[in-house]
Amino acid sequence: MKLRQIAHGRSGDKGTIANISLIAFRAGDYSRLVAHVTAARVRERFAGLVTGEVRRYEMPSIGALNFVLHGMADGGVTRTLALDAHGKSLSSALLDMEIPDAGASR
Amino acid sequence: MKTVRIGGGAGFAGDRIEPAVELATHGALDYLVFECLAERTIALAQEARANDPSRGFDPMLERRLQAVLPACRERGVTIVTNMGAANPGGAGERACDIARGLGWRGLKVATVSGDDVYDVVMAGEFVIAETGEPVSKLKDRLIAANAYIGAEPIVQALSQGAQLVITGRAADPSLFVGPLAYSFGWRPDAWPELGRGTLVGHLLECAGQVTGGYFADPGCKGVPGLDRLGFPIAEVPNEGPIIITKVRGSGGLVTMATCKEQLLYEIHDPSAYLTPDTIADFSRVTISDAGHDRVAVEGATGRPRPDDLKVSLGYRDGFIGEGQISYAGSGAQPRGRLAAEVARNRLERAGIPPGDIRCDLIGISALHGATLSAAAGEPYEVRVRVAARAPSREVAYRIGEEIESLYTNGPAGGGGATRSFREVIAIASTFIPRDLVPCSVRIEVA
Repeated sequence: MKLRQIAHGRSGDKGTIANISLIAFRAGDYSRLVAHVTAARVRERFAGLVTGEVRRYEMPSIGALNFVLHGMADGGVTRTLALDAHGKSLSSALLDMEIPDAGASR
Repeated sequence: MKTVRIGGGAGFAGDRIEPAVELATHGALDYLVFECLAERTIALAQEARANDPSRGFDPMLERRLQAVLPACRERGVTIVTNMGAANPGGAGERACDIARGLGWRGLKVATVSGDDVYDVVMAGEFVIAETGEPVSKLKDRLIAANAYIGAEPIVQALSQGAQLVITGRAADPSLFVGPLAYSFGWRPDAWPELGRGTLVGHLLECAGQVTGGYFADPGCKGVPGLDRLGFPIAEVPNEGPIIITKVRGSGGLVTMATCKEQLLYEIHDPSAYLTPDTIADFSRVTISDAGHDRVAVEGATGRPRPDDLKVSLGYRDGFIGEGQISYAGSGAQPRGRLAAEVARNRLERAGIPPGDIRCDLIGISALHGATLSAAAGEPYEVRVRVAARAPSREVAYRIGEEIESLYTNGPAGGGGATRSFREVIAIASTFIPRDLVPCSVRIEVA
């Protein structure tokens, strides 16, 4: 199943660093996000777009993860030739990521 | 217990005006905040001021104030905004003109200046954080250096009775922290309170992004009345939960989900959100339902503020030229790829370095690259986009020409060619000791 079935999120940027939040619709699904959406998996998913490290922050109080992606946008937001200079469309690509089906837990 | 009602009336320089008028009229507000300044915006404003010393403030200042001042006067709403951009003083004079034009003699306008540190960074030994090079090396390419200033001068302005406070590069959340600190008498070292105020600012500074803007995803996340999207209101008591809500009857929605998305928007480490006022800690924030379009948020705190202030630098960094052309029907994608290849070869032959050229197929892989896009099916149409860096205006202009000429010199069936070019205003940052950024407040009466 795709992440978007159990989570939502938003991305933004500060210069060459982008962040993507990933928020469980239901509190009970937070542990699935923690287990399946590791920093390593996110880095692998954005290979080619992200050149630096990916850091994950856990926010159990709101059932959310925050990913910080270093090394976005060749030359920075203002110099990059990319169409989405800010990386604001990245959350949609994360939400399309496949995670194992939880069977009865929907 | 006293509760302050504060509204977010704009989330960026070009934001919509009607929702702010709705807030001023029906929001029962104490304060209405307009956050209108991004890194690039202030650099462009410095250029505008260099061309005309009477300008350099937000180009929409006049329209916004014309629209909201009557309601603010009638309802006693105080306005705080960073629409002063590169010229808070000029903005203040213009605001007084507008108030007089509306018949509001006696409006007390405060302007905050001091964030412009161009001369200081050029004269001192400051290092560009992103590259490690000295700022002074940018020489005449540097067009703007503005320090992010905090809430203190805003508090000072409000304590002098200002009804409209206009700043330059005040940090976004500080525009909200100022009125809250003034209302509740928070001292500049009341870190937990300032952290809490920073949370209010962070949630409201993008206006509609917490009331259902940037949220709708049909079939997945619905937003009622998005076309009439209302802007947010925070009900802030001196302690305890903050309520996020909006004007009854406006479009959009305020839910735990909209608040969570905005809480983490452009946040890195949630336990260390750096502002000029405090290092805010959002890591233990809780969000709960408090009724229809009402969400309770609590648990933010703060630690002592950073010693240095961040400075946003804007400098000229060449030009970018761009052209686009579309192909449709069977074979659209191969024709698009051929067009891109032809354009690239022509640009390289004209002397543009290969690394300075980028070709995209819009509709296929322009946003996320070939790997992530691979699973998608064949689209009916594609749009070729070629962008390249150029050292001069003339060369940048020629890039678009090479795309437009694909009409008669490229693959079959190209249509809808467009071209554009722009000067690149690059943004970088440096840090400066606080004591080198003395701010001053000037009061002017309409």
